[in-house]
Parts: sequence; C-alpha cells; structure tokens
Amino acid sequence: MIDKRVKNLADAVAGIKDGATVLCGGFGGAGSPEALYAALLEQGARDLVVVNNNAGTGRTGLAGLMAAGRVRKIICSYPRSSGSVVFEELYKEGKIELELVPQGILSERMRCAAAGLGGFLSPVGIGTQLAEGKEEREIDGRRYVLEKPLRGDVALVKADRGDRWGNLSYNKSARNFNPTMAQAAALAIAQVRRFVELGEIDPEQVITPGIFIDRLVEVPG
Amino acid sequence: MPLNRKQIAWRAAQDLADGVYVNLGIGLPTMVADVLPEGREIVLQSENGVLGVGPAPGANEIDLDLVNAGKQPVTLVTGGSYVHHTDSFLMIRGHHLDLALLGAFEVAENGDLANWTTGDPKFPPGVGGAMDLAVGAKEIRVLVEHTTRGGTPRLRRRCGYPLTAAGVVRRIYTDLAVVDVTAEGFLVREMVEDIDFAALQAKTEAELRKAPDLKVLEAPPF
Repeated sequence: MIDKRVKNLADAVAGIKDGATVLCGGFGGAGSPEALYAALLEQGARDLVVVNNNAGTGRTGLAGLMAAGRVRKIICSYPRSSGSVVFEELYKEGKIELELVPQGILSERMRCAAAGLGGFLSPVGIGTQLAEGKEEREIDGRRYVLEKPLRGDVALVKADRGDRWGNLSYNKSARNFNPTMAQAAALAIAQVRRFVELGEIDPEQVITPGIFIDRLVEVPG
Repeated sequence: MPLNRKQIAWRAAQDLADGVYVNLGIGLPTMVADVLPEGREIVLQSENGVLGVGPAPGANEIDLDLVNAGKQPVTLVTGGSYVHHTDSFLMIRGHHLDLALLGAFEVAENGDLANWTTGDPKFPPGVGGAMDLAVGAKEIRVLVEHTTRGGTPRLRRRCGYPLTAAGVVRRIYTDLAVVDVTAEGFLVREMVEDIDFAALQAKTEAELRKAPDLKVLEAPPF
C-alpha cells in the first residue's frame, strides 16, 4: 500500500540536511509553502541554497529562514519586491549570495533536470551580463548559450488537494513553479490544503502525478 | 499636456488588434489591462501562468491564488486557462505571443532595451521574465516616460545601463510621443500638441526624425 501522507509538519521536513539545495514553489505569496518554511526553520537545517522566483517578503516564511541565517545562497529571478526587507539587508551586508536567473530559464533548468537532460541551448540573455561566461553555440544562424540543469535535493511545494499516492491538483495561478519543482528534486514535499480520497481528483485534473511526490502534509488555508 | 500614465497605457492599447495574444510587463504596461478597447478579443498572458487575464477584482472577489506578474489580484476571463511556469515560458520564449508590452529604463535608437538593472551594487538587480520576453515574443513595444523625473532622456543613442536584449524594440509609447524604431533610428509618428519638435528633440538623446504624416498624440482624460 502506498501512503505518502505524514501526520505533521515536523515529519514532513525530517532529514533535510545542511547544505541542501531546496526548490521552493510559489510566485510571491501565491502557491507559497509557508507552513513548510516555518517547519524547516524549526528543523534547523543550515547553509541552504534556496531556489525561488523571489527572495521572500516580511519577516516570516522564506524571509524568516533568511533572517535566521539559514540561507547561504539564493537563486532567483526577481529578489526585490515590496517588503523584501530581509533579503535587501543581507545583500547590502554581503551576507547572502545571489544568482540571478531569467525567470523562464530558472523554470526550464529545473525541467531539464527533471527530464534527465544535460542542458539546453537558449537565446535568452545573449549579449547581456547574464550570459557572460556561458558556453555559446550558433544553430541555424541564431546564437544560443548553454544552460545547465538545476536539480534540487529537496522541493517544498504547495498544492490545493492531494491524495495518499501524492497526486496533486492546484488552484488557479498558485500552480506556478510548483509542478516543475516537484519533478526536479530528489525529495519532494507537498503542503496541501486538503487530503482527499484516492480517486477523488479527476485523473484529468491531476497536475502533479504521485510519482513525483514523496511526502505530503495537510495544512488548511 | 503630456499624457499621464493611464493615458500612455490607453494609447498603447489602441494598437492592439482583435485576436492578439499579449504579455504585459509589470508597472506601466500592466495598466493596459484596464483600458482595453471594447469590441476586440485581446488575450492577456501573465508570466506566472495565466492566459486570459481579466480586470482587477471587486473587493469581495479577491483571490490571492489568482495574481498577475506584479502579484496584484486579477480575474480570469471566460475562456481563460492556467498553466505551470515552464509552459508559461514556453509560450513566451517560443514565439507564441504576438506582442509583449514592457517597461524600460532606457531604449536605444537601434532597439536595444535596458530594463533590469542600473548596475548599482547596493541594490540587487531583478530580471524577472524580461529577458525571456524580450527575445521570445514576436514583437516588443515599450511604454515609458520620455525622461526620468530628473529630466534625463530615456530614448538614447546607446543604452548606458546593462542590456536586457539587443535590437528588439519596435515601438515606444511615451507621455510625449509615439516613436518607432527603424533601420534609420527613431521616427516620431505622433506627438502631443503643445510641444514643438525641437523641444521634443531636446528631451531625447538620440536624433529624432519626423514621420511625413506626423499626427497629434492625444488620449481621453482619465
């Protein structure tokens, strides 16, 4: 019998190691696994490399992990938002490393890892600072740079409904990075609003099939 | 009178044909969603996986799971759909969008676009989806105030700030003019009534040429 549901948040984040690369779903607040961030703070892993579109806002959630000094490096497309105070402070003081990646390339690099590929050629950023130092190829007269896969040790994602096999469905634009991140990590942990019976999610509505999920925990709201 | 921001958005919206798929960048371009011409089906794409962005919701209809690229609550039009990020950027990078309307720090007369960093080491840069959009949409147009608040021209011979993409911008909507980027440089298609061409040139670093059929740039009051 397959049952990937865990009883509480502590069980959900158990075993995440210091130095782990953690893929963190969400776009701003939409689809952001806030409860898993709080649990990871409690769990204590340090020296983390975090991948998220943004760099946290306020002083809780992802920003809380950064404020506690747990994040060594962030890989993101857009760190500055209204309220990204913790990141901005750490950045000014040189206490956090930033790798800036164009948003679609961030997502595609994770898809690439998930798909077992060694990289892909992209026209994004050609002639800009963000392509400097990258291997270049010309294909049919167009210039491309080689982008390498981005794999996670762990993914923290948020979904709307989940069943004991780990099948997930999402709500509206809260889907965003979550499905790709769930596919691209060795250990994929999902925070879901509601556990449902196996079969209750219409197979046509399953966006993340259970094969990609290792643990799921129910957190209403 | 120079146009206000909503009027710049309105002017850009007038050029959107029935049936086009358009991405709106954050800031000024986002305002285009609120001033779309009636009677045309214009499908707005948001980089976070929304195809068919509708107007801002009423106070009782806000759903924080449904936001645009600027993380503001939006609605979905009838016929709209959701995709995950990787598919959203497949649409963006794979030339599936007819048009992207973007903001800018600077645009150069060769179509170079700079809109992601000023290079100030104290402030973290933010690229978001701008570089994907700039090389992936079939056409790029920019909405921007003609000068900075301090009066520095944003339409330049060459960009001073680091580039987002080279040679991609085709049309620029400002508070003073509608300017096309051509093989010969900037071509003014429209300008507001109470400024003369020399004054417009004085607010622009690169040389401007006047279209033979130069029109008045005007917009309804907002």
